[in-house]
Amino acid sequence: MKLPPFEYACPATLDEAIALLASRDGDAKAISGGQSLMPILAFRLASPSLLVDLKKLKGLDQIKIDASGITLGAKVSWRQIEDDKRLATAHPLLQEMISHVAHYQIRNRGTVGGSIAHADPAAEMPGFSVTCDAKIVVKGSSGERIIPAGEFFEGPLMTVLEADELITEIRLPPWPAARRWGMLEFARRRGDFAMGGVAVFYDLDAQGRAVDAHVGVIGAGSIPHRVPGAEAAINGTTVDETAILAAAKAAAAGVEPLTDIHASAAYRRNLISVLLERALRAAVAR
Amino acid sequence: MPTSKHRAVFEVNGKAVDIEVESRTTLSDCLRHQLRLTGTHVGCEHGVCGACTIIIDGAAVRSCLTLAVQADGSQITTVEGISFDEGLTPLQTAFRKHHALQCGFCTPGMLMTAHALLTENPDVDEEGIRHVLSGNICRCTGYIPIIQAVLEARAAYKKPENA
Ligand SMILES: Cc1cc2nc3c(=O)[nH]c(=O)nc-3n(C[C@H](O)[C@H](O)[C@H](O)COP(=O)(O)OP(=O)(O)OC[C@H]3O[C@@H](n4cnc5c(N)ncnc54)[C@H](O)[C@@H]3O)c2cc1C
Ligand code: FES
Ligand code: FES
Repeated sequence: MKLPPFEYACPATLDEAIALLASRDGDAKAISGGQSLMPILAFRLASPSLLVDLKKLKGLDQIKIDASGITLGAKVSWRQIEDDKRLATAHPLLQEMISHVAHYQIRNRGTVGGSIAHADPAAEMPGFSVTCDAKIVVKGSSGERIIPAGEFFEGPLMTVLEADELITEIRLPPWPAARRWGMLEFARRRGDFAMGGVAVFYDLDAQGRAVDAHVGVIGAGSIPHRVPGAEAAINGTTVDETAILAAAKAAAAGVEPLTDIHASAAYRRNLISVLLERALRAAVAR
Repeated sequence: MPTSKHRAVFEVNGKAVDIEVESRTTLSDCLRHQLRLTGTHVGCEHGVCGACTIIIDGAAVRSCLTLAVQADGSQITTVEGISFDEGLTPLQTAFRKHHALQCGFCTPGMLMTAHALLTENPDVDEEGIRHVLSGNICRCTGYIPIIQAVLEARAAYKKPENA
């Protein structure tokens, strides 16, 4: 469909953008890459009175890597992540996850901040941020907040973001070179939203036992989340077959997937379990 | 609810454009209706089919997911900009040879996507081509001929004078 009527503004600074968002009692929306918002408008699922384009805002499109971790500006595109050679060692899981996001043309425009604000439960970036203990930095009329990703998502397309708040950056803890990890998802066609996806990583202690396991799932409920039961099944083990099967079983029990036109809840539950099993084998072999 | 009007100054296929656009007009509609460049096709109008693919500042994008006003300051190439007035380009020749089109509805998007891809990476392998073309839907050909055409067209992009 054609888009509903709205006004458009393209402010030059973050403060102006926030003031514009605050000026409409929650009825204004930011537009970054437009790759989720434009379809939403075309379907007339939303009809904001004002779109505030983030295009001219400076300094939000950098990937910074240093000893304190990795910082992604909110306007960093999928394509930038894909092309950044440093990330192959600085955060291989990030590059692997992002390689599953959407298609070529969409990847040239879609941004990490837009994806996190959009909060699709099957989307990779929200799931990744939860799995990796990311901190989401937001700025609004009442100042800056730093929100742990695990507290950011409230439901499908729902977050704790206020109407006048913008995401400015996503901060990730450093990634140790020896970390074991695996990531798998299943979609009917590469680039489509996942019917289910799993990311897992852990470190090994001096005895070769897994510590600090993180297991995160997407497409397996109304928000992306970690699966503590599966993490407990991995921690303290050598990640042998017994531990892998126990973690896979715990993952099936630890998700509440929904039935929709693409797959039943039972299918998704089984899918998550199988994906974790395979992702763990990949982690061991890495 | 009101809309707003904006001046947009950009370049399409090397020609300067200076127009007034309505806030809610998509770039695909602007190209087709305001600029009469009807080579860009609009299939789904919500980002899933790829028919509307154009190149903005060197990057292939979906013109239905871009507002016309957002084109301000950019350089745009549409399918009209990658064809000759007479005869076929190497990419078009390859499409013709391999029967990479039937009804032709998806073709502008396929050509623009292939052109952007081959310009970036003329050495791309079949898997890479399949990966990139996964964003473009064709209901006629079954894709195999399109992939063959793009594989063959690679040669022309290795020599800058033919691109
Ligand atoms: C055909 C198709 C397939 C896709 N497949 C996938 C997929 O497999 N996986 C996936 O993850 N995504 C997929 N996407 C979505 C895509 O990744 C989007 O780019 C992404 O979800 C949103 O990023 P954006 O910059 O385009 O945001 P926009 O569309 O500009 O905005 C999305 C929402 O975020 C808000 N917003 C944007 N930036 C900010 C900010 N800095 N602060 C606060 N709010 C902000 C907007 O107001 C809006 O509500 C797909 C899209 C399409 C069209
Ligand atoms: S018309 Fe733009 S993607 Fe279908
Ligand atoms: S040739 Fe008909 S849709 Fe592709």
